[in-house]
Amino acid sequence: MRAVDALMECLKAEGVEVVFGLPGGANLPTYDAFYDAGIRHILVRHEAGGGHAAEGYAKATGRVGVAMGTSGPGATNLVTPICDAMMDSVPVVFITGQVRTELLGTDGFQEADTIGITMPIVKHSFMIQHPLEIPRSIHEAFHIARTGRPGPVVVDIPQDLSRADIPYEPVTDVHLPGYQPTVEGNQKQIRLAAKALAGARRPVIYAGGGVISAGAAAELTELCTSDRLPVTCTVMGLGAFPAPHEQWLGMLGMHGTRAANYAMDEADLIVAIGARFDDRITGKLSEFAPRAKFIHIDIDPAEISKNVPAHIPIVGDAKNILPRLTAEYRALEPDPARLEEWWSRINTWRERHPLRYEDSKDAEIKPQYMVQALYEATGGEAVVASDVGQHQMWTAQYYHFREPRRWINSGGLGTMGFGLPAAMGAKVGCPDQTVVCVAGDGSVQMNMQELATCSQEGIAIKVFIMNNGYLGMVRQWQELFWDRRYSAVDMGRWPDFVKLAEAYGATGIRLEDKRTLVDDMKAAIATDGPVLVDVRVTREENTFPMIPAGAPARNMVG
Amino acid sequence: MSAVGEPGTKELLSLDELEAAGGVRTGRKHILSILVENKPGVLTRISGLFARRGFNIDTLAVGPTEDERLSRITLTLDGAVHPIDQVTKQLHKLVNVLKIRDLEPGETLARELALFKVAADGPARAEVMQICEIFRAKIVDVTKRSVVVEVTGTYEKIDAFEQLVRPFGLIEMARTGEIAISRGRGET
Repeated sequence: MRAVDALMECLKAEGVEVVFGLPGGANLPTYDAFYDAGIRHILVRHEAGGGHAAEGYAKATGRVGVAMGTSGPGATNLVTPICDAMMDSVPVVFITGQVRTELLGTDGFQEADTIGITMPIVKHSFMIQHPLEIPRSIHEAFHIARTGRPGPVVVDIPQDLSRADIPYEPVTDVHLPGYQPTVEGNQKQIRLAAKALAGARRPVIYAGGGVISAGAAAELTELCTSDRLPVTCTVMGLGAFPAPHEQWLGMLGMHGTRAANYAMDEADLIVAIGARFDDRITGKLSEFAPRAKFIHIDIDPAEISKNVPAHIPIVGDAKNILPRLTAEYRALEPDPARLEEWWSRINTWRERHPLRYEDSKDAEIKPQYMVQALYEATGGEAVVASDVGQHQMWTAQYYHFREPRRWINSGGLGTMGFGLPAAMGAKVGCPDQTVVCVAGDGSVQMNMQELATCSQEGIAIKVFIMNNGYLGMVRQWQELFWDRRYSAVDMGRWPDFVKLAEAYGATGIRLEDKRTLVDDMKAAIATDGPVLVDVRVTREENTFPMIPAGAPARNMVG
Repeated sequence: MSAVGEPGTKELLSLDELEAAGGVRTGRKHILSILVENKPGVLTRISGLFARRGFNIDTLAVGPTEDERLSRITLTLDGAVHPIDQVTKQLHKLVNVLKIRDLEPGETLARELALFKVAADGPARAEVMQICEIFRAKIVDVTKRSVVVEVTGTYEKIDAFEQLVRPFGLIEMARTGEIAISRGRGET
């Protein structure tokens, strides 16, 4: 059997139903194998679009995404999605072509040191050196991508090796002696954590994307609601706890709610679950949660005490740990009355500092209202992808996510251009769900080309561009911290998104009137096929509240 | 820092005993013994991890082990300069890394091999030979104007040897970096 046919068998054995990719010289053999492999291949217009689509697919479904590119530029175009998947722990296998082995290291045509370039941004990578290694490496790649802390794995296959004739036998096991993620949390530590939680007067549960990766949203909710424990989520963790909810403080961090950030600031005990104390969460690290002790639950031991020293570290899978923690906590029969004072303090913040903005009095669409309108138009039930910038933060603030895997954004790397292809991948993975993308007029242009892919493949995503004609977040910072010296942020009036949508074979709609916005959005969502909606919003509006970079949480402004 | 909760809750738990030691500089030299799969690119992954954090590796030695599928990397670095805790954790995450030991100085045998090319003509030669004898070093090459000396020992011993022969004219020096193994019957 040709090695590339064996590759297809491996993908099928891994349950791969779709691959996002773009062929080239070095992976021609692989694409020949696709011809009758029976695996859906979606031809993207740019490898970066394919990589983000694979991420969107993985985030929406929980399955491993697969993206392919050829050698050289194909592989370098995948660098951004690989890094993005690394930062947000997204399970994606990237399979790249490589030049023939005899050309390796000679600056051959379309040669790039893919393994070397991607080494710092992969969970692991395989440089295939013998065709017989291909099947095992593919299975090991999937195993590594999906288990432990998920992440991207690159498999680089030289063209000549992929053409080899090999005896293929299905691989039924993986042998990785150096890779043994700790799944089961230490019982003693769990008991210790339960005791600390039962004794805490001002606890906060701080949940991150790890809870969603672990499929432990229900277990998190169970823990929190076993008492009246206040919960906040990171931008990656939205949907891990059903919002809105009486115990839900909103998102925390730079653009989180005051209630969430103030609660962290005054907490005596913080339980971090699948979260990594990113600088967007902590603000000024030395003044972060100064009164708190920390319980840190994470499957990655390297996250424990990385930024904030953990008093009770628990390494393991949240899905394994949380039910045991809940049971231990309940057994202690903690007194719910001890939290009353804390809740009254939190409720004061909630009442005094809700998320707010000054709405327009005419037809003008405020960006925050646009998100609220979308929430209404979709009944809060859509899978929402976003790009990166103001629109992302407003969506995180105003679209309440009741379930995990409904919110797909680029949190760690902050990749503009992520949203549209990620929505495409999510829609492929969840064809029966409404999948929308909230994009910025700046971000969307970075991977706009995938609208052609959507039209060709009938991938009916609904993209809502929050169009203010600016690189809005940068403009906001220039306004607030750089004396309004707007430098290189004005995007002008171009392109005409409606015409562009039509050119791509999608439906283009422009919305400018607040009064009919909800209905117009509903109509756009009901339109068949991919739809690009150019929503004209207030030009200069700031995302508030915010913790100025490097400041402590209690110094929130706006 | 205060204990968890307010007064009266202390009997549940005293957390002060549980202070973790993240990012702490130990102030001493560390010898890391790293058992890795003998595969291409593994050394790059390991050295890359140190480089990305701006860590300077003092010495590095790689060689085969009793198991042909495995190699041992012994590297030394200064714990006074770098917090090694985080980088050790990151090393553990590398799929090709099987085991890492941060060797305890008292329980470790560490040796290094060094070659010194020393200018030694006339009366100097006898003096150099005398130093060699004290250090149980071997002269492995002689010309009219120089000797090449082979020395093994701890890095301190080799440093001391270097100090002594330098005044004669140290033409060149090559050192392997330390390799190490634990004392006693147990595995390193």
